Amino acid sequence: MDNITSTIQVVPLNHYILLSAIIFSIGVIGVLIRRNAIIIFMCVELMLNAVNLLLVAFSAYSGDASGQVFVFFVMALAAAEVAVGLAIIVMVYRNTSSIDINVLNRLKW
Amino acid sequence: MNLLILLFFPLVGSLACLLNKNYAKQTALISALITLGLAIVLLSDFNADASRQFVVDFAWIPQLGINFKAGIDGISMIMVLLTTGLVPLIILSGFNRTFKNPSALFALILFMQSGLLIVFTALDAFLFYVGWEAALIPIYFICAIWGGADRIRVNMKFFIYTFSGSLFMLLGIIFLHLQTPANNYDIDAFYALNLDANTQGWLFWCFFIAFAIKMPIFPFHTWQPDTYTEAPTMGTMLLAGIMLKMGIYGVIRWLIPVVPLGFIEWKQVAIILSIIGIVYASIIAFTQKDIKKLIAYSSIAHVGLISAGIFAWNVEGVQGAMIQMLNHGINVIGLFFIIDIIINRLNTREISAMGGIAKVAPQFAIAFLIILLGTVALPLTNGFIGEFLLLNAVYQYQIWAAAIAGLTIIFGAVYMLRMYKNVMQGQLNELTASFKDIKGTEILVLSIICALVIVIGVYPKPILHISEAAVNGLINQVNNKLAF
Amino acid sequence: MIDLVWLIPLFPFIGFLINGLGRNFLPKVVIGSIASLAVLASFGVSLGIFFEFNATEPVIINLFDWIKVGGIDIPFSFQIDQLSILMLLIITGIGSLIHIYSVGYMSHDAGFGKFFAYLNLFVFFMLLLVLGSNYVIMFIGWEGVGLCSYLLIGFWYTNANYADAAKKAFIMNRIGDLGFLLGVFLIISTFGSVSFAEIFPKAAGMISGDATLTLITILLFIGAIGKSAQLPLFTWLPDAMAGPTPVSALIHAATMVTAGIYMIARSNILFTLSPVTMSIIAVIGLATAIIAAIIALTQTDIKKVLAYSTVSQLGYMFLGLGVGAYTGAFFHVLTHAFFKALLFLGAGSVIHAMSDEQDMRKMGGLKSKLPITFFTMLMGTLAISGLPPFAGFFSKDEILAHVYEHNKLLWIIGLLGALLTAFYMFRMMFLTFWGSFRGTEEQKHHLHESPISMTLPLIILAVLSVVGGFIGVPEVLGGGHWLSHYLAPVFESSTSKMGELALDHTTEYMLMGISVGGVVLAILYAYIKYIKNNHVPVLDSEPRSALAKISYSKFYFDEFYNAIIQKPLDALSGFFYKVIDKSGIDALVNGLGKGSIEASKTLRLLQTGNVGFYIFAMVIGVIALLLYSFFKF
Repeated sequence: MDNITSTIQVVPLNHYILLSAIIFSIGVIGVLIRRNAIIIFMCVELMLNAVNLLLVAFSAYSGDASGQVFVFFVMALAAAEVAVGLAIIVMVYRNTSSIDINVLNRLKW
Repeated sequence: MNLLILLFFPLVGSLACLLNKNYAKQTALISALITLGLAIVLLSDFNADASRQFVVDFAWIPQLGINFKAGIDGISMIMVLLTTGLVPLIILSGFNRTFKNPSALFALILFMQSGLLIVFTALDAFLFYVGWEAALIPIYFICAIWGGADRIRVNMKFFIYTFSGSLFMLLGIIFLHLQTPANNYDIDAFYALNLDANTQGWLFWCFFIAFAIKMPIFPFHTWQPDTYTEAPTMGTMLLAGIMLKMGIYGVIRWLIPVVPLGFIEWKQVAIILSIIGIVYASIIAFTQKDIKKLIAYSSIAHVGLISAGIFAWNVEGVQGAMIQMLNHGINVIGLFFIIDIIINRLNTREISAMGGIAKVAPQFAIAFLIILLGTVALPLTNGFIGEFLLLNAVYQYQIWAAAIAGLTIIFGAVYMLRMYKNVMQGQLNELTASFKDIKGTEILVLSIICALVIVIGVYPKPILHISEAAVNGLINQVNNKLAF
Repeated sequence: MIDLVWLIPLFPFIGFLINGLGRNFLPKVVIGSIASLAVLASFGVSLGIFFEFNATEPVIINLFDWIKVGGIDIPFSFQIDQLSILMLLIITGIGSLIHIYSVGYMSHDAGFGKFFAYLNLFVFFMLLLVLGSNYVIMFIGWEGVGLCSYLLIGFWYTNANYADAAKKAFIMNRIGDLGFLLGVFLIISTFGSVSFAEIFPKAAGMISGDATLTLITILLFIGAIGKSAQLPLFTWLPDAMAGPTPVSALIHAATMVTAGIYMIARSNILFTLSPVTMSIIAVIGLATAIIAAIIALTQTDIKKVLAYSTVSQLGYMFLGLGVGAYTGAFFHVLTHAFFKALLFLGAGSVIHAMSDEQDMRKMGGLKSKLPITFFTMLMGTLAISGLPPFAGFFSKDEILAHVYEHNKLLWIIGLLGALLTAFYMFRMMFLTFWGSFRGTEEQKHHLHESPISMTLPLIILAVLSVVGGFIGVPEVLGGGHWLSHYLAPVFESSTSKMGELALDHTTEYMLMGISVGGVVLAILYAYIKYIKNNHVPVLDSEPRSALAKISYSKFYFDEFYNAIIQKPLDALSGFFYKVIDKSGIDALVNGLGKGSIEASKTLRLLQTGNVGFYIFAMVIGVIALLLYSFFKF
């Protein structure tokens, strides 16, 4: 455990923050500008993982394991999300022969 | 006897109606009669000179300071008698009508009775509120399922109208709850509060709007004529006969004693609104072509007088209101039953299509006339006792107010006799020639009502005696509080 | 016997119950006998009390507590004194005669049982009215007789006009009743009681012209205006002739309409102390007497003539009350009950013989066909015209003498009214009984004298109309005026405040001479016009002179009320309903609902369905929240 922590601490904290910010932004922008549902979905995962990275980094630096426990929760959640989300996308594809989200505009007044 | 048995027996009856689908109306009638019996047992144990009796008090939701506290004093006793006495008549009035899904209808009526009884006996504001809303739900369904053609729209209006009124009251109750030292909803804690005049002023309106909509007082009345017209007759009877008394009872029990300073501040406005309602509704009733609507407007006028008498806040007024609530319940149920019989046989509510019915249905005509005389407050009928006391109370407040409120004596005669003449007198026409005289349960219901009209009118003393001590106590309590 | 006073109203009430319940299966003989016997029994008890009673103080008999709330304590109790005893005798005495008469008159009517039930009920309420020992019990009777009047006017309710007349009577009475009720409230707050025995001694100690007393008396007088058909509420009484004729005789001539006079005589001390009210009463009474007499001059319906004559005579009674001639007014109530009941029953007999024809233009020459009717009616007519020694002479003379002392102008107008009375009454007699028959052949064929049950009451009443006045012969004519002595205890406190009539004998002789002379001239004029010149009133379609037209159209009172009260109220009703209720309050309420719907319609456009837009909005939202928390904290 100690050597992992020390390994993590080799890289300065700012770099982790920067990296996860970049990944998160990529995720956000991907969600905003792409229309393919699967890619949007992957971008959401990207955002989640950016947060995970940050949690692990902070956890290592502050010597508190609860951050890493939290990451496990997030991963479990992401897994569940993938299961449900992909199922939905598959159903959408079956119904509309497309996974373009602009086609899915019927959910309105 | 335990009060809880009385309060929850109708629920048992309601369940029995649902289970016993084939004999729903008989089950309902038996249940209502047993409830009436329970009320009479209670009355025989009741001591009119003492204050609250049969009190049940236990923690209900202790975390929130909510208790199940209920009890009966003279005022509640009258209301309990009103509720338990009228429900059997209402059920009986539907005996030879056919309804779709009757078991649900009768179950709802009994469910409502339970809610009404809780309202009239509750000594905990939260319980009062629960009963208040619990009585609203069944009547909503009764009107929405068994009502006339326009029922959905009218009912929605009725529901939202009264419900928004209730929300103001809830606001007031929660505010008062937070002010009480022990953070509970106990009525005595509310009575003991000493809030400043401003707070009491707006609290008055919170409660007043809720009660005014229920009664209804001008200008909060516009739900009423439509709802009375569209509701099935049993629903109308429940609404006019019992439910509107919730508002009047609320004023006596929960409004004036809780916020006496607010009451003093707004007394005049309340009386003026009531009196406007009397004249306004009477005048509208003059030219109504729909017989049910005519009675609906006349009911607004009569209730206006009751509320004016209460807001004058003297013994005559409140006692008059107590007995008049009973009388109005009896008379209005009688009138709506009469009208139900007419509508049922002629399939129209248009007064102009009727005429000459007295010729072919003399017994019906007699019953109609007696109930009508009770309504126009002829001496030796029940209506006179109430109106005499109420007008006298208003007179003590202001002679001109009494003169204007007294117009109800003239106007009532005008629209009632005009209706009677157009419906019962004159020549028969094709439609009315085949009118059958009353029979069976119709005779039973109408004779009970007529007997009550006359007996109460000739010898009102026992009824006045029931509520006398309680009314005096309440008035003294308010006056003492105001004296500080 | 006095303890049995509760029997007096009880008998008619039992009669009402038996006849009411058994109206469909009891034979007519039984119904008629029960009804008549019930009233006769009451008459017997009343007579017993009359002979037994000799106290100067009223006797109060308590039955039970009726209403007792707060400061109001209303016992259900009866009061016996000279005034109520005389009223009891009038009601039960004339009542039983009219019941007997009705057995014959109504014998062919399908509603025979119902009629007698109503009639008994009326007697019951009328007895309550005069027996009540306080204003509220009086009010029970007061409204109760109004109800019976409503039921009996509308007895033939299948005729919409009759039903309307009944409704009109009830509503106009109700207007008065509101005044009465407010007066009672004012009495409660002033005297703290409604019992006569407590109020009058207290009132006697008050100063004359007290404002509260004036208001009380005005309000009570409004009640009397409604009940006793005075201006401006008199129009219901002529319409009330729609009822069967015995009803007109009993209710609308002899008893109910005199309730207002009874009430004022009963409360005489209150009125004596309110000079303003007294003047109002005198003026209204006189105006009513004159206007009704003028209208009666041209009426062609025999019952309408009598109806307006009743209104006019009631006006005289109020005139008497207004000048403080309580005994005189009550005397006139008594004599008027005799001769007006007689005249109505006689008219009923005529109508019966004429196969329900009431138009005098179609009668004539009935003298020989209906000799008993003719002769008895002639007695009545002489009595009402005020010729000595018939009953009306003494009572009317007493009133006019008081008026003369009070105000000469009022006396002149009053005298004029008396002449008009003589004229139109003899016009009626001449048109009906003299000349040649003007009806159809069929009517002529059916002409017959009425059966004994109808003529017997006529004869008894005729005798009373002739001799009835002798109970009040003034001293100037050598009489002892028994009535005035008998009633003295009732009016004691008032007379002590007003003093006795102080006219010297010469003036009194002169007054009598003038009025008798005028009456004879009026009768002569009628004789010349209707017998010598054979004048018959013109048909409705033919033109009349302007004055006659106004009189014939009853001064357009009905049209006037219709235009200024009924029409505007109905219009107001429509306005309130359509404009204020529907387009005002209700529209506001519905507007709240519509407003929310409109708002939601606009807001839901934000839901485009475009997922990209939702995400964009979300991101913007998150950023906004971040920025907010960043800058805020």
